[in-house]
Amino acid sequence: MHVLPYLVAAYVFLTGCYGLATSRNLIHAVGCLAVCQCATYILLLAVGYRDGGTAPVFSDIKPGSRPVVDPVVQALTLTDIVVGATVTALLLALVLQIARLHGTIDPDELKELRG
Amino acid sequence: MSRRLRLWVLAVGGAGVAALLVAACLDLPAFGGRRHPYGDRAVRASLSRHIANTIAAVNFDQRAYDTLGETGILFAAVLGCVVLLRQTRDEHRDRPEPAEVARPVRRYALLVLPVALVTGVYVIAHGQLSPGGGFQGGVVAATALHLLYLGADYGALERVRPLGAYTAVDALGVSGYLVTGLAGVLAGTAFLANTLLPYGTFNTLSSGGTVPVLNAAVGMEVASAVVVLLAGFLDQAVEIEEDKGS
Repeated sequence: MHVLPYLVAAYVFLTGCYGLATSRNLIHAVGCLAVCQCATYILLLAVGYRDGGTAPVFSDIKPGSRPVVDPVVQALTLTDIVVGATVTALLLALVLQIARLHGTIDPDELKELRG
Repeated sequence: MSRRLRLWVLAVGGAGVAALLVAACLDLPAFGGRRHPYGDRAVRASLSRHIANTIAAVNFDQRAYDTLGETGILFAAVLGCVVLLRQTRDEHRDRPEPAEVARPVRRYALLVLPVALVTGVYVIAHGQLSPGGGFQGGVVAATALHLLYLGADYGALERVRPLGAYTAVDALGVSGYLVTGLAGVLAGTAFLANTLLPYGTFNTLSSGGTVPVLNAAVGMEVASAVVVLLAGFLDQAVEIEEDKGS
């Protein structure tokens, strides 16, 4: 099954989407968004994998002596993680303000705008 | 829209997206294949500039401009959190009571703290040589400080954490990155192009031209950003109380 890792990424992404759509708690929804983002990590790392490859770091292996996995997608994953973490923090801060202003974190109860 | 109807819409849309995703997956190059044209070129470019860690080379040399945007997002997100989590008019600050800490927790937290701090700085400094770099090392160094909260109490953490200074260091990190880029322009090359400094000897701390400089700037920024971010949330949990009867 050479397509399985990609399908895992698709499955994780859809699971996160399902959670986002059915969530009744904003903190839970932020968690689901993080799950969606994890799917992109899996996809990127799966795209860059190479059979028998090692980490693309040449401090302890001689360049050219072994195949290495794709460093470009690893760098993209790194970017993704950093941006994801800070955006999650920002969203949680927003949830905190919503909880303080409206006294609820159920998105279904946030019908009307106030103030 | 009722809950039931919404679930139906989700099911139809989800099935459609799932079918498209599976079709796309079947068309991707086989998992673990040998052909990675971008990867091979990135490795070659990184070796030609004497950078042992190719991922650092991609982030701080080949895609340095992109990393500038990323540090911008980081900076903006921290700024947004500081604004959202500030003390509002109907709140006041309470000094938290010093809490009892179990002695083994105190002992091991204080023992591990310096080790974790040095590890963080090591990971930042060796970003262009070994796995790691400014982003990862910054987070390690920043979370190391918070062992003080576990091992002692919040007051102790606040004494080693002058927030103003950390906010300033955060901004300094971002501007350090920009200044390094602009220095390239002044020296007659392109913005953030790695042709300013000598490439040095392969696999030593000073190798890689501007990569270690950019790495250090990002390390500074991430470490102070995480401290400021966690401070915002911890203040909300520990210090800021809502006024009664408001």
